[in-house]
Amino acid sequence: MIVADQKPIEEILQMLEPYRKVLFLGCQSCVAVCMAGGEKEVGLLAAAVRLARKQQGRPIEITEGAVKRQCDDEFNEPWAQTIQQHEAVLSLACGVGVNKLSERFDVPILPALNTRFFGEVERQGVWAEVCAGCGNCILHLTGGICPIARCAKNLLNGPCGGVRADGTCEVSRNGPRPCAWVMIYERLGKLSQRQNIENIFAAKDWSSDRHGGPRKRVREDMLLET
Amino acid sequence: MTNDEPKIVAFCCHYCAFAAADLAGVLRLKYPPNVHIIRLPCTGKLDALYLLKAFEAGADGVIVAGCLEGSCHFISGNLRAKKRVLVVKSLLPRLGIEPERLEFFNLSSAQGDRFAQIAREMTERIKSLSPMRGEESESKSGVDAL
Repeated sequence: MIVADQKPIEEILQMLEPYRKVLFLGCQSCVAVCMAGGEKEVGLLAAAVRLARKQQGRPIEITEGAVKRQCDDEFNEPWAQTIQQHEAVLSLACGVGVNKLSERFDVPILPALNTRFFGEVERQGVWAEVCAGCGNCILHLTGGICPIARCAKNLLNGPCGGVRADGTCEVSRNGPRPCAWVMIYERLGKLSQRQNIENIFAAKDWSSDRHGGPRKRVREDMLLET
Repeated sequence: MTNDEPKIVAFCCHYCAFAAADLAGVLRLKYPPNVHIIRLPCTGKLDALYLLKAFEAGADGVIVAGCLEGSCHFISGNLRAKKRVLVVKSLLPRLGIEPERLEFFNLSSAQGDRFAQIAREMTERIKSLSPMRGEESESKSGVDAL
């Protein structure tokens, strides 16, 4: 799923500064699961903003709602009239939802979240990045562990010299974490596929990643136009 | 009670604080009538939204009272509630509200006197703070309805 964080309340209040009637629109997909922008978070954020604005002596009228999937016009359309009745929309969707609403409506769409990464649920309240969406999957060769996402250097032929004796990586932004290539080595051993480690990957073609510019997927057979 | 008396909402666990409040009554202990009790099956039921909604409804202070640590009937409901209260407590000053208006307490069902003391302490504490903005002109019908 797409994992996001709510922006600091100060930043949200600053964005809302010019407005007095705003729609807070959540998304009930990824960001609801990662507890950042679902119906629940809409309620909490709306209550917090109302309280803050009341304290500032500048009350704000907030309509609360949540769309099944903000990245799809089909689900946003029932909200069209409501959106147009407000001075602005604070979107609690990921960046895709904010873009989608902005394409469709001539109303300022403000982002309440910072969209972070594709993540798995590690345990309740913890999400971890395990896929980088590079567009050229090699997980069948690496025991299902992605070195692009999990190695700080995106190395295809690791480990590097930064691996410590205990198998952790020298880069530890969120505390010590295992070297992706040590994980891959151990996993390949369990799968009796350790010969894969002897495979030397050629330099990666990054054109399938974002480095080739914004990406688009088209399935000709699904297009409605004839 | 006049309108300038602070209104305090107390989210009380059924097994401890609510019973303690009951005991305070049975013991004829006096405490300020500013505290409006809402019974929860366990403070683990508490949601951050309850706290914000209480302030929105016009509460000047909010108490959350759960079992003594290690005595929760649902093992860890009180510990989880405490974490939620701390999160909201750190949010309040960023909204322009004094964090002292919200407090978490642990007590047992036998501590009727402690409940009365908490009610007195919180009432005095809230009285010492300047009124919350926007309250002067507004009725506190939300809290009165509790």
